[in-house]
Amino acid sequence: MLTHSQAAKEFNKDESRVDWHDKAIWHLRQNRDLGVNKIPNWQQLRETASEIKLNVLSHLDTYLEEFEKMALSNGVHVHWALDGDEHNKIVKDILEKHSVQKLVKSKSMLTEECNLNPYLEKYSIEIVDTDLGERIIQLAKEKPSHITAPAIHKKKEEIDQLFQKMLGTPPSNGDAQFLVNAARTDLRKKFLNADAAITGVNFAIAESGGFVVCTNEGNADLGVHLAPVHIACMGIEKIIPKLEHLGVFLRLLARSANGQSITSYSSHFFKPRKGQEMHIVIVDNGRSKQLASEDFRNSLKCIRCGACMNTCPIYRRSGGHSYGSTIPGPIGSILSPNIDLKKYSSLPFASTLCGSCTDVCPVKIDIHSQLYKWRQIIMKEHPNRVKQMAMKTNQKVFEHPRLYNIVGIVMRRAIKLLPKSILYNKLNIWGKQRDLPNAPKKSFKEWYNERS
Amino acid sequence: MKVGLFIPCYIDQFYPQVGVATLELLEKLGVNIYYPKNQTCCGQPMANSGFECYSKDTCKLFIKNFREYDYVVTPSGSCAYHVRHHYNIIEQNENVTHLRKNTFELCDFIANVMETLHLDASLHKKVGLHQSCHGLRGLKLGQGSELVSEPHSIAESLLLKVQGLELVSLNRKDECCGFGGTFAITEEAISIKMGKDRLTDHIKNGVEIITATDMSCLMHLEGISKRNNLPIEVKHIAEILNSQC
Ligand code: SF4
Repeated sequence: MLTHSQAAKEFNKDESRVDWHDKAIWHLRQNRDLGVNKIPNWQQLRETASEIKLNVLSHLDTYLEEFEKMALSNGVHVHWALDGDEHNKIVKDILEKHSVQKLVKSKSMLTEECNLNPYLEKYSIEIVDTDLGERIIQLAKEKPSHITAPAIHKKKEEIDQLFQKMLGTPPSNGDAQFLVNAARTDLRKKFLNADAAITGVNFAIAESGGFVVCTNEGNADLGVHLAPVHIACMGIEKIIPKLEHLGVFLRLLARSANGQSITSYSSHFFKPRKGQEMHIVIVDNGRSKQLASEDFRNSLKCIRCGACMNTCPIYRRSGGHSYGSTIPGPIGSILSPNIDLKKYSSLPFASTLCGSCTDVCPVKIDIHSQLYKWRQIIMKEHPNRVKQMAMKTNQKVFEHPRLYNIVGIVMRRAIKLLPKSILYNKLNIWGKQRDLPNAPKKSFKEWYNERS
Repeated sequence: MKVGLFIPCYIDQFYPQVGVATLELLEKLGVNIYYPKNQTCCGQPMANSGFECYSKDTCKLFIKNFREYDYVVTPSGSCAYHVRHHYNIIEQNENVTHLRKNTFELCDFIANVMETLHLDASLHKKVGLHQSCHGLRGLKLGQGSELVSEPHSIAESLLLKVQGLELVSLNRKDECCGFGGTFAITEEAISIKMGKDRLTDHIKNGVEIITATDMSCLMHLEGISKRNNLPIEVKHIAEILNSQC
């Protein structure tokens, strides 16, 4: 796997594409700003949401059991999965029991995380993602590059080409309306023929055993209302205690994502309709490990709005795929090391620690502080030798004022006297596309000593 | 009031004029300012790279150098932030807690400790303010554009006191420049792209001089600007607040 910086370098080979990508995603951030500025007590709303989630995380066991009890009493089947494999097996068993051949799914990053699609395809089950963005990347055989806008890395013209190839549509010159209609026509058939529907869960309400799925396209509803089996997959952290808390999160979620005051569909599911079967699969997959770690626990407050991606100057200029993880961007960079520290060890360094993610986050996750903490752990467990040597040298120099003074003089002389060809050698990465600062004759300290 | 001046390592070595401007400015404002000569660095380069463990003695040296002062002032939001927020890795004795509370970025010190209203400075130029992130979001020297409340910025309000200075508004008023310490090396491609984009924003809006509370951001921007012969200069905010032209 490429490190983030290698992948980012690749992505940056096409500068005009980087500009286009940055602008498209910055647009989401700008809309978010317009949306949130309409709410004068935005900061208070964030604080409330954060406190609700902190309460949930410190009583997660109790709330989960309450949720299970209520859901069971509503006639819903509840399953517990320790990891992705267990989750996939549970889903497959339910599907097999109902002889499901065709399945529609509405956006669920969790099933993405568990790699459900390839798993079910092995059992010859046709699985169709029904969110437009998800459908596009499914047809393109790619991974999502963003959690709320999974195909944001694709231009309209590219989608046009893709649809021509995969759906047999005539060329439309990237006409968005035409492409949406084409996808809709194709998906309608899939909805009508589906034997089961899978959805994600945005919020699961402990006191009622109900859960809420937020979409803008209504595809979750259409899938669920047509199919005889509904399977909802959720991470253990999706719980909120009471229905009255829902309003707080619904106000924050869509505004943070793209400035909409609320998602077009915020659908509540309580119990199966007559003749339908409803299942909930509750998945851990590393979350309880994150919960156990004090430094990283509150990353589980995340409501997956994507705002930290949209605001991140690195994400916008490297694209979601450069992170190589299911969840990209700042939040992905603090969640992924918990899953595989070595594999994702470059992610916490894919940041300038500018802190914009922390301030934009609707549930007040201290993302940049956690990035800093991961860095310390990663360099202990999997130190980068070159960096380590450099930092050890720094350590020596900065601990000894006299040595520091001498090194300073030598370095400034070198910059002044060495020919450019030597100064800007291959190892001087700073100088590849940047000039070094001019070396002054005297340091401030030398100047000060002379003055006094 | 006894105030210690901390000049970050890279300013000491590469931008002594920023140290001079800071010192002169504080002296002009009547501050009793001292410069302890055994100072080196705040420890940030190691810590941000994941080697906090190698920075402990550097932090201790900082404390030793400045423990006798009521305040420490530094022309760097980033270093002040580091002392305040990341000096939790050494033993928290009285000196450490005192300095963690009382280490100030220059503008913050002028506006909030001295509460100075009058600055005798002038500069007849179009200036763009680069809001260095650690100062803006870390030390809250202003209102980041992510938050919803009254916009304000300490650096901006000081710049507005400089005679003849025209403060230019930007399209993205507080996006990061892409320096980020070792990030500038390990993520070179993105670092450069971020820097270029910041420069373009300033240049397009007619800025002649970019200023900031952190010279590290400006060193990065200057490096890219010089390489590409861009028509823009950089000056640390201390130089502007101390200028008479
Ligand atoms: S970390 Fe915060 S900003 Fe990022 S996706 Fe989660 S809730 Fe949204």
